[in-house]
Amino acid sequence: MAGTGTAPGATHSALGAPAERIEGRLKVTGGARYAAEHPLPGRAQAWPVPATVARGRVTAVDAADALRIPGVLAVLTHENAPRLAEPDDRTLFVLQDASVPHRGWFVALVVAETLESARAAAAAVRVDYAVDEHDVTLTPDHPDAYEPETVNGDFPGRREIGGPDGAPAAVRVDVGYEVTPLHNHPMEPHASTAHWDDGELTVYSSSQGGNTVRDTLASMFETSAEHITVVSAHVGGGFGSKGTPRPDVVLAVLAARATGRPVTVSLPRRYLPAVVGHRAPTLHRVRLGAGRDGRLVSLAHEVTTYTSHVKEFVEQAAVSARVMYGAPHHFTTHHVVRLDVPSPSWMRAPGEAPGMYALESAMDELAAELGMDPVELRAVNDPDREPDSGKPFSSRHLVDCLREGARRFGWSGRDPRPGARAEGPLLLGTGVAAATYPVLVSPSTAEAEARPDGTFAVRVNATDIGTGARTVLAQVAADALGVALERVRIEVGCTTLPAAPLAGGSSGTSSWGWAVHDACARLAERLAEHGGTPPAAGVTARADTAGRADAESDYARHAFGAHFAEAAVDTVTGEVRVRRLLGVYAAGRILNARTARSQFVGGMTMGLGMALTETSTLDPAFGDFTESDLASYHVPAHADVPDVEAHWIDESDPHVNPMGSKGIGEIGIVGTAAAIGNAVHHATGVRFRELPLTPDKVLRGLGG
Amino acid sequence: MKPFGYVRAASVEEATEAFAAHPGARYLGGGTNLVDLMKLGVERPAVLVDVSRLPLDAVEELDDGSLRVGAAVRNSDLAAHPLVRDRYPALSQALLAGASGQLRNAATTGGNLLQRTRCPYFQDPAKPCNKRQPGQGCGAREGVHRDHAVLGHSEQCIATHPSDMAVALAALDARVELFDEEGARSVPAAEFHRLPGDRPERDTMIRPGELITSVVLPAATAGLPSAYRKARDRASYAFALASVAVVLRVADGRVAHAGIAFGALAHRPWRATRAEEALVGGPATPDAFAHAVGLELAAAQPLRDNGYKVPLARNIAVDVLTRLASAAAS
Amino acid sequence: MGSENDDGAAPGGAPAAPAEQRSATTLRVNAEHHTLDLDHRRVLLDVLREDLDLTGAKKGCDHGQCGACTVLVDGRRVNSCLQLAVALDGCEVTTVEGLLGEGEALHPLQRAFLDRDAFQCGYCTPGQICSAVGVIAEAAAGHPSHVTAPGAPSGRPVPLDRDEIRERLSGNLCRCGAYPRIVDAVEDVEGAAT
Repeated sequence: MAGTGTAPGATHSALGAPAERIEGRLKVTGGARYAAEHPLPGRAQAWPVPATVARGRVTAVDAADALRIPGVLAVLTHENAPRLAEPDDRTLFVLQDASVPHRGWFVALVVAETLESARAAAAAVRVDYAVDEHDVTLTPDHPDAYEPETVNGDFPGRREIGGPDGAPAAVRVDVGYEVTPLHNHPMEPHASTAHWDDGELTVYSSSQGGNTVRDTLASMFETSAEHITVVSAHVGGGFGSKGTPRPDVVLAVLAARATGRPVTVSLPRRYLPAVVGHRAPTLHRVRLGAGRDGRLVSLAHEVTTYTSHVKEFVEQAAVSARVMYGAPHHFTTHHVVRLDVPSPSWMRAPGEAPGMYALESAMDELAAELGMDPVELRAVNDPDREPDSGKPFSSRHLVDCLREGARRFGWSGRDPRPGARAEGPLLLGTGVAAATYPVLVSPSTAEAEARPDGTFAVRVNATDIGTGARTVLAQVAADALGVALERVRIEVGCTTLPAAPLAGGSSGTSSWGWAVHDACARLAERLAEHGGTPPAAGVTARADTAGRADAESDYARHAFGAHFAEAAVDTVTGEVRVRRLLGVYAAGRILNARTARSQFVGGMTMGLGMALTETSTLDPAFGDFTESDLASYHVPAHADVPDVEAHWIDESDPHVNPMGSKGIGEIGIVGTAAAIGNAVHHATGVRFRELPLTPDKVLRGLGG
Repeated sequence: MKPFGYVRAASVEEATEAFAAHPGARYLGGGTNLVDLMKLGVERPAVLVDVSRLPLDAVEELDDGSLRVGAAVRNSDLAAHPLVRDRYPALSQALLAGASGQLRNAATTGGNLLQRTRCPYFQDPAKPCNKRQPGQGCGAREGVHRDHAVLGHSEQCIATHPSDMAVALAALDARVELFDEEGARSVPAAEFHRLPGDRPERDTMIRPGELITSVVLPAATAGLPSAYRKARDRASYAFALASVAVVLRVADGRVAHAGIAFGALAHRPWRATRAEEALVGGPATPDAFAHAVGLELAAAQPLRDNGYKVPLARNIAVDVLTRLASAAAS
Repeated sequence: MGSENDDGAAPGGAPAAPAEQRSATTLRVNAEHHTLDLDHRRVLLDVLREDLDLTGAKKGCDHGQCGACTVLVDGRRVNSCLQLAVALDGCEVTTVEGLLGEGEALHPLQRAFLDRDAFQCGYCTPGQICSAVGVIAEAAAGHPSHVTAPGAPSGRPVPLDRDEIRERLSGNLCRCGAYPRIVDAVEDVEGAAT
């Protein structure tokens, strides 16, 4: 059942093949152009000015010194910037009024001939503020906390089955976990280049979805979407932080309008933490009750988090418990408090990543209480139907992933006693955790054309943020057309192409691929009508999956996975290093073994960072994140990452989409932090319940 | 960053003259910290006097067996130099524990000594910092200070010095050679950096316009067993949470020479003289090491969130001492 | 090697003429000579990207904290974001674009990155590749790393095992998590060379 490479029945099929990235050569030779790399004639550079108070109002802006700097074209502020129509997402409503909702909010933008002049002038803009009291500190019992009706993903904030107080249980776990704020920090900072030409707007934007950028700009700048072209040909990562337009694109378009010049806004790295979103911190209380056989009789997961005063975003960290394990008493709830903090948003597996860290750590604690193997505990609690909805699963092979992972990892010989393995001053341990991520899919359009030269042009405004979207969509097309991959020419990353949803929620391939599949299947039929040879003008077919891709399913559709980790804890320093990391996934049909593995491994690597190195601290006095750069916000480096293994179960699921695929971009992060945390407990016998596991915490836990 | 003039000096004399001639001048070495700080608006030189191409790029053995390292020698070349690796392993290890391959290729010996603290309040001109702007106050003392000093800090400043290299130089009894129009002088590396006191804007005892010309590694510590250990948040490319350089000579089971310096605990590399005095002449045993290091760290005054540094420093120091002693015994 | 000087004006001497803020600077980039009139503030990275339209070197942090801007200056890898271009007058610069061989043939590392799928978004990739060129040269020249055994003989080539590659490339962050594949790619090339 387990496979690591080609999909079953892949003979004659481009699908599942480990095809090399279509844009690969461009990327390794420096030829791939990102949003800030379009040197339009006369292009100017812009530099934003962030607010230096945590809450208040701009009372005066003195731009005189800035404007005297040679090469400065304009200093835009709320007093002189072009007016915008108010967007749904108020994080984009920049330079429109004097209010400062959090530190780092942009209060001015300098436009200049060069980067040097723009930077110098931004430093020379003097801003006066009226300062208000602020509060950026999340506490479990914050007086302003409220229970939101819905949380991110439109899930209900609270779900309750059975009584609230649980049931009598032989064994109970009642524990708290904490995940600090985290930042996406894609390697390419958010950037946009905008150019107005006679009412036509062209924008190169580092975005996960150009259609949303175009529609948002159309509404904010009160023009028709037909007059706007958004290009996102190559995007240097996003991980959720480029899922919707961010202030860079609005500022670039504003500046281009105000100056009549093409303008690039490339946000300085230090400004990103405050303005492009982050994973909100989550405080978890998890209560589990089980019989001696390990079966859960009660499960409660309560989450407290924050949002900003700019918009409500509630990290849906208790939602995955509704999918994972059933119990007669099942209680999940969220509380959120509005603070004077930067606006949180999507970061890879929002909800699942912190939620499953807490739940899967608590499951490990329960297994220890029961004296039961943690793999077996999960197996006995594997439900037949989705606990919350009662729907059957379209496919659920979590137990297969756990068993296959255990086999590959060598789990069976494990001594379950904590602190039993030492290597000099190092304590070694292993841990396991489960993962889940929903199958999301949105309607998309696509177009396929058979050309007289024997090639096929396939067009869809998909965005390749590093997933390999071009490549896998070409494979979907070749498969549906029944032709060799080399004959397919794929075009993505521009709003002049058929409209498509964003690269987010691990839904891109499912959404775009469905439309590409349908367009190509239809084209194959048309072509057959022409006897297999296209006429001189070519033949084109289009598809729109609206009404089908977004139809309610009778099935609960999720991907699952199992993570295994081995950690070494240095008792001298408290340093934790991961020695082995292994994931096994059941994520439908794997469409490209090469790029899929890279995505799984990438997610696990980010999970390693969440477990060990990454944290952002809100400074109570100043209201910003102390770790504002890549020297202090510790994204894992090469030396932190061992040889990470990703495998998958060949899973056939007829209820998801024509390709049978599920999303793979996010599930890799989901169980990783818990697996590493559980390994650290196994190594040391100490439960650390606050991430990340940095030397200060670990040394304290080990008793110095 | 405001515009600045640029002068490339061809000799040490020319460099100091150019510095004296241009108010608001700064010397430019590898630029890895200075350019960073200029972009942040923390450093605002009017003129840069480029000393990176001065003929100070050699490592030479002197007649007395000491080693003179030119101030323009790049960190990577110093770490790789066979004489340094063979005679002063702690220095090579310290250099290699710092920054990244790219940064070490650019950073110079002199510049490494003169790099500024990575305190986030110092790096953000929109926040108060007595080091950047005397009298402004300190944002870190009541703020986020997990990485800050536990030894020798003052009401004014709790910053740490970020260098790894300087810690090894302090333990190795190196000297820093300086030059300006008043002439040349030499100071012990362990006394080159200052404690903040009420002048936190001054990191070192260097005079305005004075140029580091070289660092001299003495014959006395050449070939002695030495090692450097650093604890950090990620496995590479991170500043120390605590680090230690140890030079240890054991004879007949007793400590004949001990040089110990801590990094990331104070405003300067912290030479552990109290521990050294306690050790010399005594037994080279883990208990004796723990006792001596404990005496040194008794002076620590941790802040709200950095108390972990005391056991961390103790652990790594005892570990390195014990390793060096057992290597000597075997 | 700069001196600290927050203590005001320098002593003595005649007042200097106001210094120029631009200089003619000559760089040889990918084997082509360029003489540019440069603002002293301009760093090598911005010369490459803005003046020469060589956008292969990436700006990830602009502060030497990510490695995306890594290029080779006189054969050594450096963070081009921290190199003032004026200070490099007369230097030889090689960027990822300059690694291509005769007839646009890929450099072995470029080929290996493709073969191993050693990247995803591609933004850190040129820096990783230039850095890897430097790593292989440094190891061959006997430069040790943090993980090289202290007893390894000085001055002899250091074999690049996986731990060595990881440590030496740690100045190049990759948020997509392509690290294991990058190590594979470098190992392929190092293995072929030795």
